[in-house]
Amino acid sequence: MSTALNSGHSAILKQNRASRSERLLRALRTPGGAIFILLIVLLAAIIALNPSFGEPGSFIRFIGRTAPIAIAAIGQYFVIVGGEFDLSMGSVVTMQVIIAGNLIRQDDAKVIPVLVLMLVLGAAIGLVNGLITTLLQVPSFIVTLGMMLALLGLVLYWTGGAAQGNPADSFRQIGRGGIQNVPVLDIIPYPVLILTAVAITAFVLMRRPFGRMLIAVGDNPAAAALAGSRVWWVRTRAFIMSSLSATLAGILLVGYAGVHPSVGRGYEFTAITAVVLGGVALGGGRGWVLSAAAGAFALESLFTLLNFMGVQATWRDTVQGAIIIVAVAAASRSWQRKRKGATASAHDEQHQLAATPTPAEGAEQSEQGGERV
Amino acid sequence: MRNNSVRAIALAAALPLVALTACTTEPSVTQTTGAGTGSPGTNGAASSPASKDWFDQALYDTQFKQRSATFEGNPEQPYLQYIAGPMTDTSKYAAKGPKKVCFANASISNPWRQTGWITMNQQLKALQSSGVISGMETRDAKDNDNTQIADIDYFIAEGKCDAFVISPNSTAALTQAVERACQTGKPVVVFDRGVDTKCATTFIHPIGGFAWGIDTATFLSDKLQSGDKVVALRILPGVDVLEHRWAAAKKIFAEKGIQAKDYFTGADPAEIKKIISDELAAGDVKGVWMDAGDGAVAALEAFEDAGKPLPVMTGEDEMSFLTKWKQTGITAMAPVYSNFQWRTPLLALEKIFKGEQIPTEWVLPQKPILADELDSWLQRNQGMPSGHYAKFGGEDLPGYPQVWQQRQMP
Repeated sequence: MSTALNSGHSAILKQNRASRSERLLRALRTPGGAIFILLIVLLAAIIALNPSFGEPGSFIRFIGRTAPIAIAAIGQYFVIVGGEFDLSMGSVVTMQVIIAGNLIRQDDAKVIPVLVLMLVLGAAIGLVNGLITTLLQVPSFIVTLGMMLALLGLVLYWTGGAAQGNPADSFRQIGRGGIQNVPVLDIIPYPVLILTAVAITAFVLMRRPFGRMLIAVGDNPAAAALAGSRVWWVRTRAFIMSSLSATLAGILLVGYAGVHPSVGRGYEFTAITAVVLGGVALGGGRGWVLSAAAGAFALESLFTLLNFMGVQATWRDTVQGAIIIVAVAAASRSWQRKRKGATASAHDEQHQLAATPTPAEGAEQSEQGGERV
Repeated sequence: MRNNSVRAIALAAALPLVALTACTTEPSVTQTTGAGTGSPGTNGAASSPASKDWFDQALYDTQFKQRSATFEGNPEQPYLQYIAGPMTDTSKYAAKGPKKVCFANASISNPWRQTGWITMNQQLKALQSSGVISGMETRDAKDNDNTQIADIDYFIAEGKCDAFVISPNSTAALTQAVERACQTGKPVVVFDRGVDTKCATTFIHPIGGFAWGIDTATFLSDKLQSGDKVVALRILPGVDVLEHRWAAAKKIFAEKGIQAKDYFTGADPAEIKKIISDELAAGDVKGVWMDAGDGAVAALEAFEDAGKPLPVMTGEDEMSFLTKWKQTGITAMAPVYSNFQWRTPLLALEKIFKGEQIPTEWVLPQKPILADELDSWLQRNQGMPSGHYAKFGGEDLPGYPQVWQQRQMP
């Protein structure tokens, strides 16, 4: 026993004191890391097929147009990692797009007030979703599905289901414009800057107490509650962030595309797919926020690759679906392997050191801890 | 326990995928039906939805000729013009006094249908004040076949309708419901998309999808060189008139050596912009063809954002496109799927109640807007919102122009 303990102990030490490159390699073997490899492979394939895509000017534009879905994926990540779903996201995007179109119209003076109104509305929807889910104990799947339908109905009532006029160009600049005449890149679209800001904020937030608590709540709400965290408030804040990110995506989409009731349709599922593709476990408690954003980029790259490969229009959805299923299946297999695999001995021993009498169950718990960001 | 949860995760991961595919196809289905396109269903054999090849040589030839046909009636009132052909004798319906009309509408879920719906309501007001129609009860099927069948059966069961107006959601599904309406012995007017029965008193529609495809593809081929690339933006597959538009265009592009690549967009401007951006990254795009004008502006913006020369383009007579055409000065044309046809059903009923003869198949003019007419159509529609259709044909109706400018759905 003591030899096992010693060898186990050294295994942990070895793992924890591994060099940066080794730790990076290990991270890349998790689903949350592998998505970056998949993304690089997809981008390489696109550039191989069509070298001009790799030019800085067109590549930065690609990042710009992917920003809305990446921001939505980051928002959805907060909710999913906290153990819930937000299906109302797409409808929030659509509603905000229509609000921008109908309230601003061609009046530059209304841009700021309407922008504020949109953010307040976004936060309010998230608050309602969160409070009903946590305080009334209605499953979030149902709450946000209901919210999705309610908002869609509102949009239909307001527009009759057809396109309205675009808002003032000054408002659309947020999603369409950029810093001009930049050397090499030619243009830095504002959406790229906004995405960068959102990503940094999310990354920092997940390393602060709120983020740690959110993951703990997603992993085991009962334990988190016993440990003293206010589960309802942590999750409600996640819902608010999700709705706010949908609002932001909507603002960018009005600029990029214009006002149409089909803008934002299916966004919740694209965002959830991106999050899952990024290796975040549905059910919560595991996954990295930046992997969710990378998942969104991988998804968009996949669509672009299919365009360049000349896959027939009627086939495209099927090919997309199949590839996504394979990718997600591979990711979940990889989590499974990891749980049973190479690092098990290190974690087993860690628990023996902590004098845990039941290593089997406990080992897995602690391993999850090692996985988190 | 852990293994179970892994399986649960895998299953849960697959669920949104299924939902994702459902979500990418389903809204487009709604769009389809919303596509504001009529189908000459009684007109030809190509109305089978299962048919894989939408091209129909006979229908193509007919519509090719109809493009240059002579239309009976006053050109100032295109909504009353028709191509000479078999007439229906309606003397048995002749009656005095205001009548109640029941309207089963497919939907008002796209700008084309919304514009028509406004025009129809103003026409209704005109006929109410002249004492022809007492009122119109409308049921909106919201792009759903089953809803519309139920709507028609509701009207029949209610038994208070003096006449039926039906704008079918789809051809095959609505055929039997329309036949049931015919069996009531009341006049039945079908317009826009058709059904597979000839029982209706009259079937009103513009020339059709092949004519649209011929006009647009011929225009693009004339302006471009053989070997040039055209991106074809299509709303969705499976709707006969949209498919007819593309079937005709595809044939002509192939004959003229134009490289045409088609995409389904669901009319989503974000999707359209992505497609054009990708195509521009892959090489020059000389032309853009659209099977409906919704989203034309987004397509042009994609060229502007990429800093590429603007394409030769065919859109539709929607104000947003006409305005953008004027602003950018591109080489373009606007095919027209005559929106004024929304007036015709009620005017047909006026004739029916007088017992006058009306065309059995009422083919309305369908004339595209070319560059030399652009200014005059913009002038005539000054102050109209971007979703308005230039050839709405309601200038002489009460409430013009405020009702169309405010664009409140009745």
